[in-house]
Amino acid sequence: MSTTADYSAFLRQGNKGRPTLDLAIEGIVNADSIATIEHSLRLTPGLVSARLNFTTRRLSTEWTAPDCDPTPAIETLERLGYRVAPFTSDRTESDEDRRTKWLLRCLAVSGFAAINVMLLSISVWAGNVTDITPETRDLFHWLSALIALPAAGFSGQPFFYSAANALRERRMNMDVPISIGISLALGMSVYETAHHAEHAYFDSALMLIFFLLSGRVLDHAMRKRTRAAAANLAALRVPVATRLNADGTYSELPSEALLEGDLILVKPGERFAVDGLIVQGASHIDQSLVTGETARIKRTEGDHVFAGTLNGETLLQVRVSAAGEATLLADIERLIDNAVLAKSRYVQFADRVAQIYAPVVHIAAALTAMGWIALGMSVHDSLIIAIAVLIITCPCALALAAPTVQVVVAGALFRRGILMKSGDVIERMAAVDTIVFDKTGTLTLPEPGLVDHGHLSDEALRWAGQLAQASHHPLARAVRDYAVHRFGAIGVLPGVEEVTGEGVRVQHNGTMITLGSPAFCNLPVPLWRDQESIIGFRKSDEAGYISIGQVIRPDAVQTITALKQDGYRLIILSGDQKSPVEALADELGVGEWIAAAKPAEKLAYLDSLKSQGRTVLMVGDGLNDAPSLAAASVSLSPATGAHVTQATADAVFMGDRLGAVRDTLLLCKRGQRIMRDNFLLALVYNLIAVPLAIGGHVTPLIAAAAMSGSSILVTLNALRVRTARGTSL
Amino acid sequence: MTILLYLVPAALGLGLMALLAFMWSLRSGQYDDLDGAAYRILNDDDVKDG
Repeated sequence: MSTTADYSAFLRQGNKGRPTLDLAIEGIVNADSIATIEHSLRLTPGLVSARLNFTTRRLSTEWTAPDCDPTPAIETLERLGYRVAPFTSDRTESDEDRRTKWLLRCLAVSGFAAINVMLLSISVWAGNVTDITPETRDLFHWLSALIALPAAGFSGQPFFYSAANALRERRMNMDVPISIGISLALGMSVYETAHHAEHAYFDSALMLIFFLLSGRVLDHAMRKRTRAAAANLAALRVPVATRLNADGTYSELPSEALLEGDLILVKPGERFAVDGLIVQGASHIDQSLVTGETARIKRTEGDHVFAGTLNGETLLQVRVSAAGEATLLADIERLIDNAVLAKSRYVQFADRVAQIYAPVVHIAAALTAMGWIALGMSVHDSLIIAIAVLIITCPCALALAAPTVQVVVAGALFRRGILMKSGDVIERMAAVDTIVFDKTGTLTLPEPGLVDHGHLSDEALRWAGQLAQASHHPLARAVRDYAVHRFGAIGVLPGVEEVTGEGVRVQHNGTMITLGSPAFCNLPVPLWRDQESIIGFRKSDEAGYISIGQVIRPDAVQTITALKQDGYRLIILSGDQKSPVEALADELGVGEWIAAAKPAEKLAYLDSLKSQGRTVLMVGDGLNDAPSLAAASVSLSPATGAHVTQATADAVFMGDRLGAVRDTLLLCKRGQRIMRDNFLLALVYNLIAVPLAIGGHVTPLIAAAAMSGSSILVTLNALRVRTARGTSL
Repeated sequence: MTILLYLVPAALGLGLMALLAFMWSLRSGQYDDLDGAAYRILNDDDVKDG
């Protein structure tokens, strides 16, 4: 069967008039890939340039004409061992990109202005204690105003807009006191300059903006990186379908491009990309992704199949009844939407602090002014002191307290292959006291593995592994992986013949070696075992069965034990039948488990846990888990999970280790602790600075020193997340 | 103090130049891939063999 993949549909008109194509690439391990990838594509016809972005793991390519075929380039990369998928960045991502650039521009302007104003300020401070003339001081202050006012107006926009939005919605966030502080500092400085005063706070206002923007830029850069990685994963998992055209040819295309009524071919071991009706063939179908049920169900001509389910042993022809937003998916997505809506009411700790902080400092400033007036000071001088209180309490360290920690934790998680989707995940993870696991694909590995090989010798298993290498059948892959894992490199056998639907065989020194269905190996058909597939092996006299089924993750027992010691309540919540769930729960030592739960029942169970006052972390991978992931306080999904599930989860982990769950919890807890330390540091800073300000002793010099001192302290403290001792990380 | 007439514009001018240079580098996409650039310098592809 010859197929042609059709990727030319993904070519976009670039801004230089040439068509471009972005590709998400998986499998980049080190920087050598930059040269390997770009070099290997040099001779592709029609390709003008290819440049790999090592941060986002995306390749941007430029082509000579819109009718160029990018397929050879993609095939070249796949031959090199990379997984490649066309990538179209969605709106949220390009919006996010534009915002990062805007923040960087603001940061640059405030940095430039802060340095120049500081230069002038230091001259004034030095002059004030030596011999500056009032005229020169006024000149310097006016020059500062000339630089500071437009610069602050431009670079303060992120805070002003956010504060205005919050106030419009009658909320309070950190940006409200920040905006008030900046405006008052600038306003008072202009007034003081006009009255030939000794002090102006232009430098404080600009430095404040500069420090706060640095925190936000860092935060954005980290989010951009994890978001790009998550989007790449998603792009790689968009199923490609093989369409049977009217003229008898085949073409491969993305499943969104399929229309109702199209005829598609679904190969053995492939997932259905659409909902449809079987037109030809019969096969055992694994519907676990949708129902959680792992036992395969026989479906034949005229039966319905659903997107996301896995075809069994034969090639099927399917007539598309619903593509893309399939009916079953639509149901699940409705459940998700409702659950997400409920979760968005969560208020971040920093904003909860702001709700108390802002009124407190503003009342303190008002009391200061009234107090000094009562003590007989002039209204002008009392107001100046009150404004100094507001400037010194402007929450620089407070606003940096959370984002700096979030950036460091997200970075540490990223290096362990865990992608955190937003900063507030840390707070929610740290509060978790109950963990609910899905079974299939979460506690067990996503791919089937070898469970039992009876009395077969090592020699026989090595042969079986070599035979299996020649087949693409999912069961054969399990045998091969086991052999490679056990014996290392096993070499390739020449002359292996594959009999479709039966097995593989080879003639070796006059003996026939076979691996495949028991009948194919001249073995009696064994008793049907639940949840497992049995294949046979024969080499002259030696023959036996190999059973393939779900294998638990290699470190599952260890991780579960450790989590129990950490004091978490663990629950297995599965759509599977009772007996396998019970067996797994016993093996792992988990006391609480629930089997045969449908998506809506899972959701109801999570709600009941919540109403008991539990904070739940849900770990799951199936389509059926997606609503529960959205409903749980916080959720984690393996990168092998269904598309929708990954999009819903708060964090995604890559690789086979279940230990990633514990890593995430530990790092988030540590992050939360350090975040609280940071808020404490900011509070201590205020306890020292505010009395000074109320007493009327704060000069611009002290304001500058205190502000930068506390900001640097908070940032350094955040870095402790990476270096803290006493844990296994 | 007439020296200030030269000094201040010179300081501001130099700062503005740096700011404009940064804006240009931002616009030309030099901050899109901060990790890759560090490795590209080790890439010898542009050196002709022999």
